[in-house]
Amino acid sequence: MLIVDEEKCIGCGVCEANCSFGAISVVDGIAVVGDGCTLCGSCVDTCEPEALHIEATGKTATVDLDEWSGIWVIVEFRHGTVAPVGFELLGVGRQLADQRGVPLSGIILGDRVAETAGDLIAAGADQVYLVEHPELAQYREDVYGRVLERLIREHKPEVVLAGATAIGRSLIPQVATVLGAGLTADCTQLAIREEDGMLLQTRPAFGGNIMATIECPFSRPQMATVRPRVMAPLPRDAGRSGEVIRVELPEDIYQSRVEVLENVISDQDDVNIQEQEILVAGGRGTDGEKGFAMLRELAEELGGGVAASRAAVDSGWISYPHQVGQTGKTVCPKLYVACGISGAIQHAVGMQSAETVVAINRDPAAPIYDIATYGLVGDLFEIVPLLTRKLREKKTS
Amino acid sequence: MEILVCIKQVPDAKDVRLDPETNTLAREGVQSIMNPYDRHALEEGVRIREQLGGQVTALSMGPPQAEEVLREAIACGADRGVLVSDRAFAGSDTWATSYTLAMAARTLGTFDLVLCGKQAIDGDTAQVGPGLACRLNMSYATCVQKTREVDKEAIVVERMMDDGYDVLRLPLPALLTVVKDINEPRVPSLKGKMKAKKARITTLSADDIGAVPEHIGLAGSPTQVVKVFTPKPRGDRMIFSGTAEEQVEQLLEQLEPYL
Repeated sequence: MLIVDEEKCIGCGVCEANCSFGAISVVDGIAVVGDGCTLCGSCVDTCEPEALHIEATGKTATVDLDEWSGIWVIVEFRHGTVAPVGFELLGVGRQLADQRGVPLSGIILGDRVAETAGDLIAAGADQVYLVEHPELAQYREDVYGRVLERLIREHKPEVVLAGATAIGRSLIPQVATVLGAGLTADCTQLAIREEDGMLLQTRPAFGGNIMATIECPFSRPQMATVRPRVMAPLPRDAGRSGEVIRVELPEDIYQSRVEVLENVISDQDDVNIQEQEILVAGGRGTDGEKGFAMLRELAEELGGGVAASRAAVDSGWISYPHQVGQTGKTVCPKLYVACGISGAIQHAVGMQSAETVVAINRDPAAPIYDIATYGLVGDLFEIVPLLTRKLREKKTS
Repeated sequence: MEILVCIKQVPDAKDVRLDPETNTLAREGVQSIMNPYDRHALEEGVRIREQLGGQVTALSMGPPQAEEVLREAIACGADRGVLVSDRAFAGSDTWATSYTLAMAARTLGTFDLVLCGKQAIDGDTAQVGPGLACRLNMSYATCVQKTREVDKEAIVVERMMDDGYDVLRLPLPALLTVVKDINEPRVPSLKGKMKAKKARITTLSADDIGAVPEHIGLAGSPTQVVKVFTPKPRGDRMIFSGTAEEQVEQLLEQLEPYL
């Protein structure tokens, strides 16, 4: 509980002004805590009269922290391919492992995964745990969950990282729950705290308006998921050596209650917007499928792909795989051209790490300009075709 | 069929803006709404009840004000609404939340199907659904975009994957988290609204659900917030002016490296 010492409180309102959640306010000269309080402690830090404190929970570690050691990255394997986010996590995992002075391990579940071991070691892993079995060819929540739970309980890694992919977001929360482990989703930064070796997990909160740094002081492993394209992989080093460990598990662990009847692969090949270096994105201002046809032409001239805000997808002008944002994909292209997109924070979180952002909007007060490198203000139906035409002219001249 | 739908009251995300002067969230006029994904979960539950009979229970963990979304759920077809609310739940992370919801669900009875939205638009972790399934020992699938078949034994769904979707057959009891594509929620009927107005919302406290203090609220949360801060603003920017032609010319000059 957040406690207000009414004797010390001077009703200055600094806490109220600083609360990101609107959960504390001054009533009749005294701070009063509301229902929205998340016990984040920001107000406690800013209270000069020291009138605020959070009651200690008296909680102690549920496990012996010293027994848990090592950095693990769960690498996803589907339809014969390693998901690129696995390599990205081995990149950040390498830094964490070096800071802690412990090994970095890649864990891979699937069928016919043996050939991937070399790639994982080249990407930074000291050890690769291969769990290979025909029953792992299809992702099923119960089998994958049981296997991971078992491996983690046996080997006790202090940190487990995984990609926030469709599989990751389904599998990891289950494993965290059954282990009683803390899990932080969609981390944008991971670091080790010098003083005690604790993993500091930073993620956007409240739609990205604020950032929160989180720790798991009482439980192990410390788990985190990271979206694709947020971390960088290490340059591939084929000279690295590592240990390959083939994991054998009893057959009954592979019994599933779930049947996979079909895999339907999306046949649109331009939907992998996360792989594109250049994206032209349309929002509410694009006003229809014709607007997107216009954006597609610009994208072709630039050699890039087409993306969209939630508003455009919800209106049916373009399909969901193109959606960028809090409820869509995170992209990190070199160039992002935002057309008719207001730039609300829910969209911004999906693209704000783009190297260069160009904003084209009719409204000079649109928040997109706060994150744009270059801003054009005007009618996008005039500007975009003009831009496309001039790019064509440049090419032919 | 006993169907449980988990619903969360959240601030309307599109209204929440960072106040650039104070660097805090501008909260005036921000409405509280039913988490949009949960609305779709509720609709799916009601459709399945219409198909197979049974009861739809809407459950929410939140402050007393969350009663509003439970009434809205009844207006949209839920048979009853239950609020699990207690000061002791303050500071709950997703682990403590799924524990609380599971204890509440068990207090209410046994369910054949539990439906949740894919994620809440404020917390945004998508962790509670799978956590709840795990605690209730149910098969589950996340990001379900369509229910193909359902009967008393099993449910066949389309579960989104990054490269398309899988078609899965899950035995009941099962838990699904759903995405918006799954259905088009109905507009509440006048009859529904009147029923919602008159409904008695059951409120359960931590004691009512037999919750253990070490597993709820801040004490029950393995993740703890170290600090909250505002993100660094992006670097310098250039806003062009002039005619469309002039602005485009200026832009092209700057974009040379990308062409």
